[in-house]
Amino acid sequence: MNSSYAVPAVALVVVATVLVGAFGLRISRTTSDFYVASRTVGPRLNAAAISGEYLSAASFLGIAGLVLVQGPDMLWYPVGYTAGYLVLLLFVAAPLRRSGAYTLPDFAEARLASQAVRRLAGAFVVGVGWLYLLPQLQGAGLTLTVLTGAPETLGGLIVAVVVTATVAAGGMRSITFVQAFQYWLKLTALLVPALFLVLAWQGDGAPRHAFEEPAAFREQRLVRVQDTVDLKLERPLTVTVSGTVDGRPHDDARLELPAGTHRVTAGTRLTFDRGDPVPVPDRGTSGGMSTSLAASREERPLYATYGLILATFLGTMGLPHVVVRFYTSPHGVAARRTTVAVLALIGGFYLLPPVYGVLGRLYTPELALTGDADAAVLLLPDRMIGGLGGDLLGALVAGGAFAAFLSTASGLTMAVAGVLTQDVLPSRGVRHFRLGTGLAMVVPLAASVLVGGLPVADAVGLAFAVSASSFCPLLVLGIWWRRLTPPGAAVGMLVGGGSAFLAVAATMAGVPGSGPLHSLLAWPALWSVPLGFLTMILVSLATPGRVPAGTAAILARFHLPEELRAAEVKA
Amino acid sequence: MPHQDPTERRVVVTGPPRRTRHASGYYRPRTEIDEQTTLGHTYVRSLMRTQLRSALTVFAVLGLLVGPLPLVFAAAPEARRLEWAVLGFGLYAPLVLLARWYVRRAERNERDFVRLVEDR
Repeated sequence: MNSSYAVPAVALVVVATVLVGAFGLRISRTTSDFYVASRTVGPRLNAAAISGEYLSAASFLGIAGLVLVQGPDMLWYPVGYTAGYLVLLLFVAAPLRRSGAYTLPDFAEARLASQAVRRLAGAFVVGVGWLYLLPQLQGAGLTLTVLTGAPETLGGLIVAVVVTATVAAGGMRSITFVQAFQYWLKLTALLVPALFLVLAWQGDGAPRHAFEEPAAFREQRLVRVQDTVDLKLERPLTVTVSGTVDGRPHDDARLELPAGTHRVTAGTRLTFDRGDPVPVPDRGTSGGMSTSLAASREERPLYATYGLILATFLGTMGLPHVVVRFYTSPHGVAARRTTVAVLALIGGFYLLPPVYGVLGRLYTPELALTGDADAAVLLLPDRMIGGLGGDLLGALVAGGAFAAFLSTASGLTMAVAGVLTQDVLPSRGVRHFRLGTGLAMVVPLAASVLVGGLPVADAVGLAFAVSASSFCPLLVLGIWWRRLTPPGAAVGMLVGGGSAFLAVAATMAGVPGSGPLHSLLAWPALWSVPLGFLTMILVSLATPGRVPAGTAAILARFHLPEELRAAEVKA
Repeated sequence: MPHQDPTERRVVVTGPPRRTRHASGYYRPRTEIDEQTTLGHTYVRSLMRTQLRSALTVFAVLGLLVGPLPLVFAAAPEARRLEWAVLGFGLYAPLVLLARWYVRRAERNERDFVRLVEDR
């Protein structure tokens, strides 16, 4: 791909982010400005900011890649990301704002009057935040590598530096402007090329076989396999091979592969004929955002689909960068209306990635083999339109992708830095917040350099599952159930969130291998969420003496409309 | 006080003004809530119950809308086009409509509650 336009586009996004952030710096004065923009952000600006923050690398690149490789079942991801906001609106939005807390640990402390629960919630916030930051940095590295061939760590380093600088300099206020700006940038960066791509598809005679299973090559195509993969063939396939297949070297030889699994060594060139089905790579052999635990879906697709639905529907409310945004609404009613606007904005955005996924199945099906399926969004303009127009549209998409990394990463950094400043560092205040920002970014950056290669979808899925099994019970029961006790909340978070964490960690380490146990561990939400709720309820009922004294007054504060709180008495 | 540390400063302690109940026995639910009497808590509870009922209703509709879909898609694998259309485009508008419906109900519940306790 021609990078002479893409690199300036990425640079422009980075510079614009810094400039918009600096604009915020001039009016960011007090500690309250830093954390919650002094609670004066109106619904429309706030909704664009929330959406801009939420649409991450996984949304911008990952969904199209997943759809390309695995078909329409993967569309449950964007549906779940959106519906998560509806569930958040129903049970959490207005009471959370009225609780008047800055962060999730603040909420835990306000509701349960317990330092221990506060610290535990803080630990979960930092853990989930770091898990979610890691894929953003790696996605940035991948994008820059695809565009320019730069080393993998460079993109992550750029994102880390820019985000740390903007967050530390301006805090939440400037972030609100930056995020709102980046929502519209991301929408434009996907919408405009999508229009041209659909026109090109029309001009091509509007082929429709993309909707069929499996994807097929629509012209003869040479594919160079970058990493060694195991290909699963359901039917015999004839290809021309230069390289090593199943351990035997071939040189430009016509080869008939029987049905079954074949190992293709890195560097091999395969030439497929028109109409050949695209072989599916086996699980775990290729990196990138689009290969994931999702591949194990074939073993138990229905269970996996419901696990995915539950994790995304209930996990959204506990993501640290999502929750912190609700404190910036001026009151509970505004928090609700903001959430409706967010639903409309992200729902509108998610109409676009499937278009790229479908077109990717038509025009870049070989990406499923090379392990670069996430690059589909970046490569399609060049492939379908080409020339100067293709380069310019490709540059626009690349800029949008970087906006995605920057915005989600800054939201997460903001949330993690807030917790570190308030609960870990010795004293509060703006200077320590800047120190906390550095700390919040250094750990995932080091991890991304050291560990590398953790698939984005896995880390994102893990974050959702952990959040759904720890914070969702804490928030829902904390807001609606007066008999919740500090021991109940602590044990419930540990059992629910901890077991989800261990399950997915075990899957990533490859412990269970395959079979039903594997599916259970790879998609923990279906059992870990009920487990978290049940533990929290049972332990609370077993410790009735520990219900905090001020519970009734606090619940009144959560639920009473603001106009009735003129003479509110704080317990 | 016999001795006072010079570094200790005098502070003025303030609090919200105490509300006195109307002498006439005139009934004000608003005061009950402010003073956190048992009756006041009953009012808050009733608001919570109404709001929770609204939330659960919309949640149930969401579950009925989304829950059967994976089963339908699994039962009819030939209906690929349907799956593409529903998951790719069809679900977002209903989600937004459900959200608007809930917000309207929740705000109406709150207005009714304010009218009740302000005794208007």
